[in-house]
Amino acid sequence: MIDQDVIERTLSVALRTGADFAEVYAEDKRNTSVSLDDGRIEQVTSGRDRGAGIRVIKGETTGFAHSSDLSESGLAEAARAAAAAASRGDGGARAVSLQPTTAHTVNTVDVLPETVPKVTKVEMLQRIDDAARSAGDEVVQVSAGYGDSRKRVLIANSEGVFVTDDIVRVLARISVVADGDAGMQTGFQSMGHTIGWEVFDPANDLYVDIDALARDAARQAIVKLGARPAPSGAMPVVIKNGTGGVLFHEACGHGLEADHIQKGASVYAGKTGELVASPLVTLVDDGTMAGEWGTLAVDDEGHETQRNVLIEDGVLTDYMWDHIRSRKAGRDPSGNGRRQSFMHLPMVRMTNTFVLDGPDDADEIVASTDHGVYVSHLGGGSVNTATGDFVFGMNEAYLIENGEITEPLREGNLIGNGPQVLRDIDMLADDFAMGNPGTCGKDGQGVPVGDGQPTLRVKSLTIGGTAA
Amino acid sequence: MSGSDLPGIVDHVVAQAQPGEQLEAFVSRGGETEVRVYQGDVEHFVDAQAEGIGIRVLRDGRTGFAYAGTLDPAAVDEVLADARDNVRFGTVDDWAGLAEPDGVEVTDQSLWSDELADFPTDRKIELAKELERLAVAADTRVRIDDANYSDAYGEAAVATTTGIRQWGRENGCYVTISTLADDGDETQTGFGFSVGRTPDVLDLERAAREGADRATRLLGATKPESARTTVVLDPLVTAQFLGIISSTLNGEAVVKGRSLFKDRLGDEVAPPFVHLIDDPTNPLAYTAVDVDGEGLAARRNALIDGGVLSRFTHNSYSARRAGTVSTGNATRGGFAGTPGVGALALSLEPGSRSQQEIVGDIDHGVLVQSVTGIHSGVNPISGDFSTGAAGLMIRKGAVAEPVREFTIASTLQRMLLGIVEVGADLDWLPMRAAGVSLVITDVTMSGE
Repeated sequence: MIDQDVIERTLSVALRTGADFAEVYAEDKRNTSVSLDDGRIEQVTSGRDRGAGIRVIKGETTGFAHSSDLSESGLAEAARAAAAAASRGDGGARAVSLQPTTAHTVNTVDVLPETVPKVTKVEMLQRIDDAARSAGDEVVQVSAGYGDSRKRVLIANSEGVFVTDDIVRVLARISVVADGDAGMQTGFQSMGHTIGWEVFDPANDLYVDIDALARDAARQAIVKLGARPAPSGAMPVVIKNGTGGVLFHEACGHGLEADHIQKGASVYAGKTGELVASPLVTLVDDGTMAGEWGTLAVDDEGHETQRNVLIEDGVLTDYMWDHIRSRKAGRDPSGNGRRQSFMHLPMVRMTNTFVLDGPDDADEIVASTDHGVYVSHLGGGSVNTATGDFVFGMNEAYLIENGEITEPLREGNLIGNGPQVLRDIDMLADDFAMGNPGTCGKDGQGVPVGDGQPTLRVKSLTIGGTAA
Repeated sequence: MSGSDLPGIVDHVVAQAQPGEQLEAFVSRGGETEVRVYQGDVEHFVDAQAEGIGIRVLRDGRTGFAYAGTLDPAAVDEVLADARDNVRFGTVDDWAGLAEPDGVEVTDQSLWSDELADFPTDRKIELAKELERLAVAADTRVRIDDANYSDAYGEAAVATTTGIRQWGRENGCYVTISTLADDGDETQTGFGFSVGRTPDVLDLERAAREGADRATRLLGATKPESARTTVVLDPLVTAQFLGIISSTLNGEAVVKGRSLFKDRLGDEVAPPFVHLIDDPTNPLAYTAVDVDGEGLAARRNALIDGGVLSRFTHNSYSARRAGTVSTGNATRGGFAGTPGVGALALSLEPGSRSQQEIVGDIDHGVLVQSVTGIHSGVNPISGDFSTGAAGLMIRKGAVAEPVREFTIASTLQRMLLGIVEVGADLDWLPMRAAGVSLVITDVTMSGE
């Protein structure tokens, strides 16, 4: 994308005011998306984003500027702006010598989506529409989207890092509206992977049956037509495998990000080595899982991703780190420095965050619950890391009565406190599954993340419904 | 059209339209500075610019679109070629088409400040530092997560083969602070902000005081008992609530059968004293604009008039499909997207009493000061409403103990009908709705 000697000279310019650290993050991204709504292909969109972000750190201050001009003069201008933003002094010239490295391979792409004809992508959405509408006469509206992207990145810094990566993503989402006597209900499904079009090939390990996904979104909407209002108040909640990883993302993941820790803005600050969760819980953040939505070969600061155990048998073992926070703590980063694009500063972010299998049987967990709620599809959520209070939506949920899953429930939020919920996990099954692709928002930036978990029970969570 | 090069770029693209082709070009350029201060030092300083173009092509009822984050002439040519190629795959839609000039006069807004454009960097840093100092001084229990000064400018031009040709620019600035308050083992958080078209109107004192108040007022808060009760929404919460209501009045959702109010124009959906207005021509609104995302004049629309559902918001597509005219409510997220529909500057007509007077009449209820998860727990299609909340209990006409970690739930339909009073405290906020105290009966509060 850009020659090594140009990058070296750009970094030298960025260091001219006496900075401690300078970095170039360049990207060239192309994407294609198709949207279907109301039975029509609304439009096919082609997009291109290209540019470089330059970060300069001097002392405790970070300066950042970016440019969509990748010529040497464009890069130099951004480098001077970033250097000026970081400091007003003059530190003299400093040469930079880069050591090109090859990142470990985490994803293998067989069929680049850009080689697949647009018409094939259009036909897939039409199949989704057909599959969802044929699920029942109650289905009145379907909207679906497909998107693929290929992002080539180059990351180099004044410590000698020089690495490139080629990131391919494929995503689809399906929303269904069903109509009945008691009004409309909605169903939603999605898929996303960091591999190519082969994800739709039944022979692939990560194969997604897109028709089944569409039928499932329709089923959700239809089932909810007969739903009763969700209960109100605290009760046991069982969360189906592969649908509730967002609980851990919110309840503790964000609180284990080192930026919150260092500012004393997390309930988990100073708790390393302490029991913070039920001994059943082992929590991992792993950027290396082949093909998953949050997977990357290198993070957006050029560090190889890795598998980080955050909580082991209930004991807090480590936080997640980026360049700035690890430098401050005098340790290695953990491959968790991420950014939305070349226009954004990196910060500590999750990759794929999940809880490992426990000893219990999923059916037994339901059978041993006298009265509670079974959540089979969680929606989005949010957390206050300083208090640990979090909420998330139940897209599909049922009542549990006398150990059996009974009536469907209308939508509502669940609310709880992270540290309390981690302690309150009293059953954990052995049926681990990854969940839907997510976009994690932090400080105005969205990045792709994955999550996963086995079926589990929290002995008390507050359900925000309207029924007594 | 000023000395900008953007109108020339869109004109150049539109001039390349082929016979039988409708074409729209939208270009924008913008930038921002962001200063974040932590413990008296600059933590980061971001100086960022971006520009790009989006081109929409329509032929025989089919639509294609492409964009690029650059205005490089070769890239612009590529975008036009991609958009044309993409047309082939669209489904024929008889209602597809670009906006056409409708003769509605543009209400000029003063959206640009030279004073802000020339505001020196050192002063920006000083403002962020001053804000941090004020918030720390406001209460001994308060510490700061971050204090920020930000400003942004943008200019955009749009032109179509149907005769739309608009250019505009605006800038603005704001300060924000994230606070933490500690008391023993307990920590709570808060935030404060102030927004303006020029730096001199930024109210640092108020942002700092509100940041400190929001964090400290929840110290000692407990989880309340579950109850069915009356809620008083603080102005900021009401503004978020109105944003959700407006998504059910979105013309695109209506024509695609996705609005719970789709067949209800003319129905009483709220008590007679409720008037919900969308008016981006009101200069008091931070989201005031002269033209909408398709280049039509922004205008005042009464959506709920005397409790009666009177109008949906439309862009030119949804209007054509609904057999009506655009209400000037096209929204556009930037050059990378095509126009959507949405309210631009909502407000409820205020009542006559202060929040304190309103609370004085309530025997049991909760003053909701903040909500979380409003987007995960509210479904504007089914109408189900459930959100996390924090605030103060109301007992015998006075605010009482702080409460947190509970939810409030109902349905959007019932909440509108359950409005019993609108406060007098209308407050324009940096969002697409103004805040005002709002009293709603028969809402379920879930806690213990």
